[in-house]
Amino acid sequence: MVFKLRTLNSNSIIVCAAIFLASCASGGAKKNTTEVTVDSAELEQDIFKDISHAKQIFYSLPSPLESAMLIKSAGANFNDKILNPLNNVTKYTNNKTMSLNLGIYITDLSYASMFDQAQVTIKYMEVSRKMADGLGITDAIDQNTINRLEENINNRDVILDIISESFMSSTAFLKENDRQPLATMSLVGGWVEGLYLATQLVGEGSIEGNKIVGRIVDQKLSLDMVIKLLENNKENKDVNDIEILIKELKKVYDKITIKSSKIQAVVDQKTNETNLKSTSTSNITQEVFVELKEAVKIVRTNFTL
Amino acid sequence: MKKLLPVLISILLFISVSYNASAQCKGFAKKVCKSELIPYIHDGNYNAAMLVEGEEADFYKTFYADQQYRLVVCGTESLPSVEFKVMDANRNVLYNNKDHNMAKAWDFKLESSQQLRIVVKVPASGQKKSEAEILSGCVAIMIGFKDQGK
Repeated sequence: MVFKLRTLNSNSIIVCAAIFLASCASGGAKKNTTEVTVDSAELEQDIFKDISHAKQIFYSLPSPLESAMLIKSAGANFNDKILNPLNNVTKYTNNKTMSLNLGIYITDLSYASMFDQAQVTIKYMEVSRKMADGLGITDAIDQNTINRLEENINNRDVILDIISESFMSSTAFLKENDRQPLATMSLVGGWVEGLYLATQLVGEGSIEGNKIVGRIVDQKLSLDMVIKLLENNKENKDVNDIEILIKELKKVYDKITIKSSKIQAVVDQKTNETNLKSTSTSNITQEVFVELKEAVKIVRTNFTL
Repeated sequence: MKKLLPVLISILLFISVSYNASAQCKGFAKKVCKSELIPYIHDGNYNAAMLVEGEEADFYKTFYADQQYRLVVCGTESLPSVEFKVMDANRNVLYNNKDHNMAKAWDFKLESSQQLRIVVKVPASGQKKSEAEILSGCVAIMIGFKDQGK
């Protein structure tokens, strides 16, 4: 070991020092974000304003599985025509497109799994595996994952667990190997795909009382976190480009106001579950919804073509 | 070159320790913490960090109306019981595990979608300690939801 170290030249030392300094700098950057506030005047209070001196700050987006669950629970149907086509996979050859479409394909397979579309789920896991392999993710999605899906084709709980595990392992691998921008792009790709699927599943009629539209409006609350995640990695050019696109989407979301009443926490003594009681209203109009649907489509097209 | 060698060794050790620590964190989150979510389905997001006594982590997430969630906050055995509290956008505390015997999990549902903030803290012992005596370990924050599509 000592011999090997002695053979390293000064360039290697500079590289190592740069890695060390970069890791320190990135920690510093995270702390700096604690002082940033976002403009969300439409909320009663800005949740990020009173940010503490936390060592670590997590901004969590709805995962592919949660997005799919939200779509299903809003009463949507399954439509395979709106998924990102499997044959698009050959187009994704660089880190940006592979990261984005890893999130997109995992969201598509999550959506398919919620509707018990076993064969679609397996095919989309296979293309997700290609994206993961292309990104050098070694321990997340492999042949064993595909085999387990096939063996448990009628066991919904196991299938959901495999999907959850695959996504966690993929993003954890990228985060742990100092590839946070790629993890961020996967998360954002998945979030945009969930939004795209939801907007495409809203029928042509009035949006009044439409539960899927309600879920789409709710994504305004996660949009702040999408932007925070992107800002934390904006030194990466690909992430920066995505942030510009997402901020165009934000301009449309800014036309929607959400108002919430005070939350009252009530514990059910039998189940020990807490019910967070509150009401909320939004002012989305048919015109704004059409605009939003188009804005989401533009971002999704940019990610997938 | 000789002067640089100790620096280089320190850097390599730092990188190696950081990598091993984060790899252990992932293993802990997957193998230990995730089981606390059962029977809820893990959402698939990975949120874990190495913390030492007295340190805090902040977690921000939007939780959605009519969904049933389980929040789990757990730390490795090397750490004392981890504190966590959940606040709304107006900084009202909705739940504090210090009032519930330092419970690791909290089950809840929402009538309307809300951005919530979860503040996680590894309590400090209050005693003066040398650097080697300060406890450190992995803390994972995991979210599960009920499968309403069955």
